[in-house]
Amino acid sequence: MTAAAAPARAARRRPVRRGRWTGWGFVGPFMAVFALVFLAPIAYSLYLSLFRQQLVGGNAFVGLENYQRAFADPQFWSAFGRVSLFLAVQVPIMLGIALLVALAIDSGRLYGTSFFRISIFLPYAVPAVVATLMWGFMYGTRFGLVGNLNDALGISLPNPLSPDLVLASIGNIVTWEFVGYNMLIFYSALRVVPRSLYEAAEIDGAGQWRVVTAIKLPAIRGALVIATIFSIIGSFQLFNEPSILQKLAPNAITTHFTPNLYAYSLSFSGQQYNYSATVAIIMGVITMVIAYVVQLRGMRKGA
Amino acid sequence: MTTTAPATTPAARPARPGRGPRLRTPRRHSVDRPRRSGLLTVLTALVCLYSLVPLAWLLINATKSQGDLFTSFGLWFSGNFHLVQNVTDTLTYDDGIFVRWLGNTLLYVVAGAGGATLLAVLGGYGLAKFTFPGKRAVFAVVIGAVAVPGTALAVPTFLMFSRMGLTNTPWAVIIPSLISPFGLYLMWTFAAEAIPTELLEAARVDGAGEARTFAQICLPLLAPGIVTVLLFTMVATWNNYFLPLIMLKDPDWYPLTVGLNAWNAQAATAGGEAIFNLVITGSVLTILPLVVAFLLLQRYWQSGLASGSVKE
Repeated sequence: MTAAAAPARAARRRPVRRGRWTGWGFVGPFMAVFALVFLAPIAYSLYLSLFRQQLVGGNAFVGLENYQRAFADPQFWSAFGRVSLFLAVQVPIMLGIALLVALAIDSGRLYGTSFFRISIFLPYAVPAVVATLMWGFMYGTRFGLVGNLNDALGISLPNPLSPDLVLASIGNIVTWEFVGYNMLIFYSALRVVPRSLYEAAEIDGAGQWRVVTAIKLPAIRGALVIATIFSIIGSFQLFNEPSILQKLAPNAITTHFTPNLYAYSLSFSGQQYNYSATVAIIMGVITMVIAYVVQLRGMRKGA
Repeated sequence: MTTTAPATTPAARPARPGRGPRLRTPRRHSVDRPRRSGLLTVLTALVCLYSLVPLAWLLINATKSQGDLFTSFGLWFSGNFHLVQNVTDTLTYDDGIFVRWLGNTLLYVVAGAGGATLLAVLGGYGLAKFTFPGKRAVFAVVIGAVAVPGTALAVPTFLMFSRMGLTNTPWAVIIPSLISPFGLYLMWTFAAEAIPTELLEAARVDGAGEARTFAQICLPLLAPGIVTVLLFTMVATWNNYFLPLIMLKDPDWYPLTVGLNAWNAQAATAGGEAIFNLVITGSVLTILPLVVAFLLLQRYWQSGLASGSVKE
């Protein structure tokens, strides 16, 4: 489990007025709203996925028909393949950079630590819409930096918004947005490592590298796992960046570019709510399974 | 601990960045005073450049007119300083709709992020410091639900809300914003570290009720964590795009993000006026308040991060 170890056993003879349910008084409000905006829609999604709107006769129960359709749907699988590729390439790059920077800042061996920390974190404050529009303009061959470079050097760089490159371009935008955020998660975890450990390591003659591998990385394992899980979830949910770039690169980004974009197009342009819910549920289940596997592997002792 | 006191007085800030007041106890060991490394600094500086150059591009291009955007070099000024005109145009275009969007965004942030932080603080404290039936289930359900893609929720939430008559109202944006699973997780780990269980035991022995113990003893200890969670939920609600995009039809209720995207899309529609200069200037105005909030709140969450490391 995470740093939140089980609270120490309460004293034996505790007053009756604090029952076993006291904790619910604090967790209850969160869970109540959570039930309304998470659990109820999920239940409703499951319900939708088992039905079909028919022109005649309204709502009909169709069992797993929607699921069969999804499993045989090439558009869905191409979208799924795309986000899987994205995940395999973008997440390690992003988390790797974030971890290196966090270790560098935490090591106290930099000039201008706090300036770096806030500057690298700053892109997180930029909304996805603004980040995507900004990068999208810069990628542009008309008045973007790519166009400028082509004019200035008389070369023709590959167009970042072309169908072949647009996924990498989106990867760059997402990396830019979230490197600082992940860096801060790692950095915060590093700050609570007891300094006395480093002193002990120094007395034992451990070098910097040894301190990183033997003390720092194990100490922030929980943070690493959480960041990985959130990044995986984020990759599978990829929507904002491609959806906004669509306006700037209409030929490169199809309506089924990512599973989420596909589900969105199905329901808001196609009115196919039932099938859209099915696609979303399949993605949700796949995401949960992968997140769970990552957590189990990450939390194993002595990995 | 009084070591953080000087950090909260702005006057005490020296001019050189990175040499701010030290937030930790006076350093005694060489572990705390390692050699500075030029190489590490250069590597970090590269990541820093990567983070800042696009923002510089945005700022520079906010000073250009629509025509100059296409004719001048992207990372330098066009010689024709158009910023004031751009800002005026942005604020007055279409009867000042941008100002209205800003107001909406503020409403969503105050109600959504404020409520989300409150719920996360209460819930995180409850998870960290109490054992209760179903605690493991709560964690599993929250983590599991986070993995469900946004659209899986968005479509049914939209249908549910439209039955309740909530779509196209601010409630449709605020209510879903109240849940921040990440905030709950942050608060949980923070409370577990920051509140010694002995302290709770002592308060109980002294006869303080749960509510009083939480309000008078735990809240002050949790303050740095609360600021951090508030910062994250503020960013999440300020930057929210997908939810309002689905829930709102009426441009009068748009937040800034959806509004900017509508402006950008205008160029692609037949007969639409291209207003890229306003999109860029509007973008600058959109990120400015958050950047300022970050810089102002920085001192708090810095001290929060630092106080967590003071173990003596």
